[in-house]
Amino acid sequence: MARPSPAHKLRWQLITYLAAGLVLMPLLVLLFSWQSVDQTIWGHLLQTQLARLIGNTLWLVLGVGAGVILLGVSLAWLISLCEFPGRRWLDWALMLPFAIPAYVLAFVMVGLLDFAGPLQTLLRGWFGNDFRLPPIRSTGGVILTLVLVFYPYVYMLARSAFMAQGRGLMEASRILGQTPWQGFWRVAVPMARPAISAGAALAIMETLADFGAVSVFNYDTFTTAIYKTWYGFFSLQSATQLASLLLLFVFLALFAERHAQGRNKRFPANDKPRKGALYRLQGPLAWLASGYCLLVLSIAFIIPVGQLLYWLLSSGIADLDSRYWALIQNTLLLGAIAALMTVVVATLLVLALRLQPIRRVRGAVALANLGYALPGSVLAVGIMFFFSFLDNNLVVPLRTWLGAANPAPVLLGGLFALLLAYLIRFMAVAYGPLDTSLARIRPSLPEAAQSLGQSGWQVFWRVYVPLLLPGILSAALLVFVDVLKEMPATLLMRPFGWDTLAVRIHALTSEGEWRRASLPALTLVLVGLAPVIVLIRRSARR
Amino acid sequence: MSFTRNLVVLSLALSAFTSVAQAKELVVYSSRQDHLIKPVFEMYTEKTGVKINFITDREAPLMARLRAEGVNTPADMFMTVDAGNLWQAEEQGLFQPVQSEVIEGNIPQHLRSSNNMWTGLSLRARTIAYSTERVKPEELSTYEALADEQWKGRVCLRTSKKVYNQSLVATMLESIGEEKTTEVIQGWLANLATPVFADDTALLQAIDAGQCDVGIVNSYYFGRLHNAQPDVKVKLFWPNQEDRGVHVNISGAGVTRHAKHPEEATRLLEWMTTEEAQRIFADVNMEFPANQALEPSAEVAAWGDFKADNVNIEVAGRRQPEAIMLMDRLGWN
Repeated sequence: MARPSPAHKLRWQLITYLAAGLVLMPLLVLLFSWQSVDQTIWGHLLQTQLARLIGNTLWLVLGVGAGVILLGVSLAWLISLCEFPGRRWLDWALMLPFAIPAYVLAFVMVGLLDFAGPLQTLLRGWFGNDFRLPPIRSTGGVILTLVLVFYPYVYMLARSAFMAQGRGLMEASRILGQTPWQGFWRVAVPMARPAISAGAALAIMETLADFGAVSVFNYDTFTTAIYKTWYGFFSLQSATQLASLLLLFVFLALFAERHAQGRNKRFPANDKPRKGALYRLQGPLAWLASGYCLLVLSIAFIIPVGQLLYWLLSSGIADLDSRYWALIQNTLLLGAIAALMTVVVATLLVLALRLQPIRRVRGAVALANLGYALPGSVLAVGIMFFFSFLDNNLVVPLRTWLGAANPAPVLLGGLFALLLAYLIRFMAVAYGPLDTSLARIRPSLPEAAQSLGQSGWQVFWRVYVPLLLPGILSAALLVFVDVLKEMPATLLMRPFGWDTLAVRIHALTSEGEWRRASLPALTLVLVGLAPVIVLIRRSARR
Repeated sequence: MSFTRNLVVLSLALSAFTSVAQAKELVVYSSRQDHLIKPVFEMYTEKTGVKINFITDREAPLMARLRAEGVNTPADMFMTVDAGNLWQAEEQGLFQPVQSEVIEGNIPQHLRSSNNMWTGLSLRARTIAYSTERVKPEELSTYEALADEQWKGRVCLRTSKKVYNQSLVATMLESIGEEKTTEVIQGWLANLATPVFADDTALLQAIDAGQCDVGIVNSYYFGRLHNAQPDVKVKLFWPNQEDRGVHVNISGAGVTRHAKHPEEATRLLEWMTTEEAQRIFADVNMEFPANQALEPSAEVAAWGDFKADNVNIEVAGRRQPEAIMLMDRLGWN
């Protein structure tokens, strides 16, 4: 490989430092919060809250982690290696729950399954007034709900990993006398481990940052304590201190992920992707597989959407007016711009790490991916402080000097601040697929291009970008859907007139108007469906 | 990053342009939701031609934003629910005093800041809801009585994370003292039929469905449920009529300390206390008008007359941390 020039090296390093700096900005606000400690509040938290919160959060992380892996891997395995009735459409349909925001599934689950909900009312009618289902507002209920919304992360990544494992290896294991079960455990899963753990890490980070869903269940976690300290004690400082402790959880999760990926991370696909099914399931086994997939799809998607539709028809449709178009437009536009920005930066990051695999760059890249685990509001507050600092000390004096009377701040409350918040928050989402995509490009390819006299720039455009394209598309679609669903940062930082569907959902649900919230919620799900279907069909097994 | 530079230049240019044309515009930060304020603002715009830009969020993030923006804030008015939040905003120095005979004439003193920093605009009662099937109103008397043995396994409560419960407990601390309040809350928690709910609507539905028999809710949630479901088997009861009265809370607003258009903002605030504006502001959310010259809407009046607790509403803010800590210690999640 031709040695890159020092300037070239430096350029790649600078990109990663810049991206890391962006994330560092809100993190610094968290760290600065430790300048002084409110002893009354901390004494109170330590005595009455922290033990329970840490316990709750750990249960949630363990439960959701185990659940998404179990569900995601088993579904991905069936879909990518077996043949059974309905497999072809279940392939993409199992991805649909990704379009449902966690807070929406939470209020649907509670509305549907709590004591006063239609199901239990019906069952009480049949079996008498003493009939009870296990309570949905419980640890189990929260875990179930979050697993159902977050399993698509693992499903999607594991599925493409299983499909990328050429037919050769699994067939070899079969010829060597391994049962399908042994093949699964000894060959397929170890090879898919990076993908599985990346998916699980995304799910766990989402879980740690979630506020909307757990608060519907009134399940106290670290995140709810952050908000309670902020909203109740009005101590933003203590709240950000709690948030920095939450980051410890995140570090642990990330460490576990790196550990789970193992040393041997790269499995170049040196084999033709599998075309047909490896196992043609027959008879009851085939129907069992179909039934399992259909059950998951029903609970995670069909029934919740049905419930939303029912609520919409029974009460929400009156709210439908021309303003909805503006909401949809805003939502789509924000999603598209943010997806574009995030993917560009994430692409630069993965390439930088590939070309400069040194410790400092690795650290900077890891830092740049941290934003995902911060609760949206905390992240937004960090960015807000930073921007208003710039506004007050730079922009406003500058504009006053330029002769504007009463200049207003421009950064905070501007579109750019909001987009930057999205960029920081969803970097990890874009980084994952791009990283996996890059791992499949064997170093010999760009090396060959270079030896054929292509410059670094040409190698970038003519080798990396075309080969990364599937990863780029996946990353863009994932970020797009995540931005559609994002609520807290949008609430705090949107400019006037930039209300989105998520903002409308918040307006209604914060008033307890769950049924009326069905209109924006259902619209949001519908808007998110198209990219999700594209995402999965593009890589469908034929 | 020339993109960034272009964006900054562009937004600088844009905002320079808008600052010329902003004389007829006001900016409001509001934690009262979009659909509850828009009708009032639209009416004002129609009457006066003053356009109102507003942004909604929860109160704490909006206050943080006001503080961060400091003297450069574009906000002329801050509007929120709950006296505790208004008191907190005053404490943080986010309001400026408004001397106005119009407001003083329209809104009674105990619903305003004693330093003229903010004024209440609508009233809601946090009261007892009961099942018409399993509870006779004669069995009910006070908030405190819900701690009695007879309600074991029959009480529903909302989470203590909601400011409405924090304010209720704060005023109880003020009226009946810490010892008695502690006993009462312990009794309530011991009587719970099910873990506390995340919102009042779910609580009311639980009473209707038979999961519990009594609960404590804000009056307008009952109004909304009753509108959607006229045959709902739940009614409101006004407790403590023999002593301090029903706990009431407010939504309200004030002119921000660094408002760019303080006179214009004061005019808007004054107008919002007039009968014309109060009619919409209260009725759209089935609340009681803060302007006492006005009768509540027919729907709200149907719940019956009651004596309200006239303890100065600022107590809700002053004793809020104390209330939260007490609820945390007693395990009200």
